[in-house]
Amino acid sequence: MAVGLDFGALADYAPVFAKGVAVTCELTLVVGGLGLALGILCAWVRTQGPRVIRPFVSIYVELIRNTPFLIQLFFIFFGLPAVGVSLGEMEAAILAMVVNLGAYACEIIRAGIEATPRGQYEASASLAMSRLQTFRYVVLRPALQRIWPALTSQLVIVMFGSAVCSQIAVEDITFAANFIQSRNFRAFEAYIAATLLYLALALLLRQGMRMLALVLFPRRRAVR
Amino acid sequence: MSPFTTWDIVRNLLLATQWTVLLSLIAFAGGAVVALAALLARTSRNRWARRGTVFYIELFQGTPLLMQLFLFFFGLSLLGLNVPPWLAAAVALILWTGAFLAEIWRGCVEAIPRGQWEASASLAQSYFEQMRYVILPQALRIAVPPTVGFSVQVVKATALTSIIGFVELSKASTMITNATFQPFVVYGFAALIYFALCWPLSKSSQLLERKLNVAHRRH
Repeated sequence: MAVGLDFGALADYAPVFAKGVAVTCELTLVVGGLGLALGILCAWVRTQGPRVIRPFVSIYVELIRNTPFLIQLFFIFFGLPAVGVSLGEMEAAILAMVVNLGAYACEIIRAGIEATPRGQYEASASLAMSRLQTFRYVVLRPALQRIWPALTSQLVIVMFGSAVCSQIAVEDITFAANFIQSRNFRAFEAYIAATLLYLALALLLRQGMRMLALVLFPRRRAVR
Repeated sequence: MSPFTTWDIVRNLLLATQWTVLLSLIAFAGGAVVALAALLARTSRNRWARRGTVFYIELFQGTPLLMQLFLFFFGLSLLGLNVPPWLAAAVALILWTGAFLAEIWRGCVEAIPRGQWEASASLAQSYFEQMRYVILPQALRIAVPPTVGFSVQVVKATALTSIIGFVELSKASTMITNATFQPFVVYGFAALIYFALCWPLSKSSQLLERKLNVAHRRH
C-alpha cells in the first residue's frame, strides 16, 4: 500500500502534540534543575567530599553510565514496586532521568572542578575561607562556566532520552505521535512532525542555556 | 508460584544478549564505514559534499534515536517496503553511529597540525594520498580512545530497538518479566549484563587515553 504524505491529517491532532510538547518541556526543565543539583553534589563528593562515601558515588556513576536508560527506567517503574516503592509514570520518569543526568553531570562537572588552578585554592586559603566556602564562592562558578557547553549537550541528550519515557505511558511528544499514528495510520507524518518538534526544542534548549549562561556568568573569566 | 528459577531467567537473558552483541557489532562496523565516507566528504574541497554531510550529521545528532527508529520502521513500510524490525534497527543504528563517529573522527583529523597538510601538498600528493599516507595514520592514534568510548553508547543504544520489536536483551527482559512477574530480578540482571558489556569498554577507553597520551608527550 503506497500512499502519499498528507500532513493535513495531523491538523486535528494539534492539541495532542501541544500536550506532548508541554510534558516534554516539563520533564526536561524539572530534570535539568534536579539533575544539575545532584551532579554538583556528586562532583563535590568525588573531588573534595568525605572520603568514606566517595566509592559509593563512583559506583553509582559507573553503574548509570554503563547501562541503557531504558533499563534504568524499567527497573524504577516496573522493578521498584516489587520491593514496595510504587511510583506513578511521571514520578518514575523524573526519578529515572534525574538519576541518569546526575551521573553524567557529575563526571562533566568534576572535570570542570579539577581544572581549577592551584592558585585559586591558595588564594582562598589565604583569605581564611573554609573548604566549603572555597567550593561555594571560588571554585563552583568558574567550574560550571568551563563545562557549560558540555552540560548543554548532555541536557539535549537527556531531552532526547525522554522520548523513551513514552514507553511507560508518559504523555510526551513520542507518546502523542504513537497515539496519532494508531488513530489515523499516518505513521510517517506523525513521526516526522514529532522529529521536527524535537529538533525545534533542541535548538530552543541550546539558546536557553546560552542565555542562562549570560545571567549566571556575567563576567568573562580572567584565569583559564 | 512461577516455574522459572533464577538460572532460567539468567540463561534466557544471556541467550538474548547474543543479539545485543551482534546488533552492536553490525551498527559499529556499518557506522564506521558510513563515518569514513562522511569524514572524507566533510573534509573534502567540494563545498556541496561538505554541506550535505553537515546536514546528515546535524539531522541524526539533532533528533532522538527513537524517532529515527520509528521513521525507518513505520515510514519505510508505508512506502510499500516490508521492513522487519532487525533491518530497521540495523539501518537506523548504522546511520546514527555513522553521524557521531564522523564528528568524533573529524575532530581527530583537525587536531593534526596544518603544516602536515601543507607539507604533503608540497609533495604534490592528491587529497586521497594526503589522507591515506599522512593524515589518517596520525589521526588514528588520537581517534582510538574516543572511538572505544563511543562504542559504549552504541551498546546502550541497541536497547532502544526493543521498542520497535527487535528481540534483544531489553525486549527479552520485558518478555521474561511478563512470564515470571519478577521485574526487580529480571531488570536487575539485565542491567548487570549491560554493565558487564559496557564497563570493560569504558575502562579500556580510559586506559588507552592515558597510554596514548603518554606516548604522544614523549615525541
